[in-house]
Amino acid sequence: MEFSRRDFIKLCGASAAGIGLSQLAHPAIVQALEKAAAGNPPVIWIMGQGCTGCSVSILNTVHPTIAEVLLKIISMKFHETIMAASGELALEAQEKAAKEYAGKFYLVVEGSIPTNENGMYCQIGTMKGETRTMLKEVLHLGEKAAAVVAVGTDATHGGIPAAKPNPTGAKSVSEIFKANGIKTPVINVPGCPPNPDWMVGTLAHVLLWGVPQLDGEGRPVLFYGTLIHDNCPYRGYYEYGVFAKEFGDDGCRVKLGCKGPETYADCWKRKWNGGVNWCVQNAICIGCVQPDFWDKYAPIYYHSIA
Amino acid sequence: MATCFGPSGGKEAAPAAKAPAAAAAAGPKKIVVDPVTRIEGHLKVEVTVAEGKVVEARTTGGMFRGFEIILRGRDPRDASQITQRICGVCPTEHCQASVYALDDAFGVKPPTNGRHVRNLIHASNYVSSHILHFYHLAALDYVKGPDTAPFIPRYEGPDFYRLPKDVNDAAVAQYVKGLDMRRKAQEALAIFGGRMPHVQGVVVGGTTEKPTAEQIVQYVWIMKEVQQFVQETYVPTVYAVAGAYKDLFAVGTGCKNLLSTGVFPMDDDNKTHLFKRGVYTDGKDYPLDPMQIREQVKYSWYDDSCTNKQPFDGCTIPKYGKSGAYSFVKAPRYNGKPHEVGPLARMWITDPPVSGAAKKFLGVPADSKATFRALGDKAFSVMGRHAARAEECAIVADKCIEWALQLKPGGDTIKSAPVPDSAKGMGLNEAARGSVSHWIVIKNKKIDNYQVVSPTLWNASPRDDSGVPGPIEQALIGTPVADPENPINVVRVIRAFDP
Repeated sequence: MEFSRRDFIKLCGASAAGIGLSQLAHPAIVQALEKAAAGNPPVIWIMGQGCTGCSVSILNTVHPTIAEVLLKIISMKFHETIMAASGELALEAQEKAAKEYAGKFYLVVEGSIPTNENGMYCQIGTMKGETRTMLKEVLHLGEKAAAVVAVGTDATHGGIPAAKPNPTGAKSVSEIFKANGIKTPVINVPGCPPNPDWMVGTLAHVLLWGVPQLDGEGRPVLFYGTLIHDNCPYRGYYEYGVFAKEFGDDGCRVKLGCKGPETYADCWKRKWNGGVNWCVQNAICIGCVQPDFWDKYAPIYYHSIA
Repeated sequence: MATCFGPSGGKEAAPAAKAPAAAAAAGPKKIVVDPVTRIEGHLKVEVTVAEGKVVEARTTGGMFRGFEIILRGRDPRDASQITQRICGVCPTEHCQASVYALDDAFGVKPPTNGRHVRNLIHASNYVSSHILHFYHLAALDYVKGPDTAPFIPRYEGPDFYRLPKDVNDAAVAQYVKGLDMRRKAQEALAIFGGRMPHVQGVVVGGTTEKPTAEQIVQYVWIMKEVQQFVQETYVPTVYAVAGAYKDLFAVGTGCKNLLSTGVFPMDDDNKTHLFKRGVYTDGKDYPLDPMQIREQVKYSWYDDSCTNKQPFDGCTIPKYGKSGAYSFVKAPRYNGKPHEVGPLARMWITDPPVSGAAKKFLGVPADSKATFRALGDKAFSVMGRHAARAEECAIVADKCIEWALQLKPGGDTIKSAPVPDSAKGMGLNEAARGSVSHWIVIKNKKIDNYQVVSPTLWNASPRDDSGVPGPIEQALIGTPVADPENPINVVRVIRAFDP
């Protein structure tokens, strides 16, 4: 079937800025995605100084499920945490895919890239006796990829490994590309971790209509275009000066350390884990999608300060 | 008696399994598997194979981020957020270890409701993590997946995937179902934890949100489905797989020293636990004395001045390229000896009654009072570790329902306390994959020192200062490897630890 962005939006019954990924469950959209993904676009997912949290988060995608993503939409040629192969067998599969689909595969990068000690703070494989570092790998594959999706704040902005004093010289994908003159487009999907919808949604957008509109930080406006504080269900409390002083109190959470007033993301409507809860309802926003958040927004909590 | 061998090595920790005839002729051969995939993080293993069996093994943790350095000088309360980022598969476990250390340092005790909420958050992740480990990390070593990436390529060899077709097909269907179940367990977790991975709800003094009746019901409803999957599908499938791989009850013995720092506090003083604190060294049970934990770094890429320190006095000065060293993992030792941590250690030390599926497997009557130690030496093996994990998962899934129903809707979950000027705190906890302890020293209301002893340090440690290999390195000795190009048993041994 022919399927346009207009149909998509109509189906979702939402404004262009408000496409809810939960609507991806609609059979017509699943069909369109499968069609757009005819031949299953190859994806190579590599991991640097990460915690695997972004991968765990994408496993939590509801619509489509991760099984649908893996079996119907993409072809995951390399992902350390899920692939059957180990060692050289795994690295050979990666090399084969990168060669066969040069200029066509999508590279997903999770985790930051350490530059000190010649990259040896992140050794990710051994091929014929030679150690591969994340630094070498991201340059080698980055050059060949159609586009790079940097997932998680480590990959998009350096994240926790780059927090002061950044002992390993950890950098983001964009920083590494800039320093090495690599021009492959990079889409940043920050978050610690990113919401699964942001990752799957970015991928769906790339497959259906190409690279989505990005903001100055390289983030899809679709997901990172609204200020949490402006849309927060507790905003009324803020206006009336009612502030929670301890966790469990009613009121705006700003005095507990909430970073909603500075954070751009759509958690306020999308929520987390199938919509059961989200950070501000449960505690506070820690600003995890923002550049430099570990240092700029420290300390995280303000409550019970002596 | 102790089977941990000394610096001279040589003693085989595992009984000899049948070596395929083809391998007998080959001389010693070095095999490198890097990356060892389907684990959390980056791990390399180097083994020497002679006459079809592993005779020497080295594990290398190839990543360093410097959490302990980054934590210094920060607000102590931020530690529970920062340390979650050590592991995205077990963030709740690091978070919990961190808040236990902070509770200890701040001198604060969460209300009973807060203890229950913390336990529920933690327990839901145990269940999610164990399902993920068996079905999505380990199973592809036994189950033939669909012939499409990422399930191919895979190691190939005669007998590698020997499940009867119907069992294999069922296991593939369960792979998909298991993805749903681990996701649902995380959704249940997020009802109280805010989101997952990386929970918001657990802080020093308790938890952040008072549970509502609606949340409790929603939690129980979701976890009932997961509990049913664990009892009726996961546990029996583990024994079905084990039945086809009986030889793997004699592979991967390891050091046979076990340690558990205790998990799921059953009282508000954090004194008694669902899974007990304790150690099992050289065949005997002892109480745990946390002051006997030392981290050694002779073979790790850290400055030698940091070696053999109790974690309160520990330090982390990276020194990549240090002569003789081969890993970023430190070597924690208890009373100077390597100890395995994880479900096997917890189940052995606590020794609870086993499931009906286990009794059937052991050939004892359904109404017998068999406990985990009835497995005997079989427990210390690749399949023994999978069985321990499944048994434990069933126990914890039951507790999720029980504890949720003990919550008081709207009841307080937190007790606040000011940041102390200076204090020390110890946080002992057990991640799904093993003991995790956090150690904090506060000066001038800031973190002066913070040390983390994680499960992978215990299990995947390199040699210690006396040259004694770590638990995984020891477990690999004797592992049959028929074909050096397809060393499937090597990765089976490693993955059974869930590093």
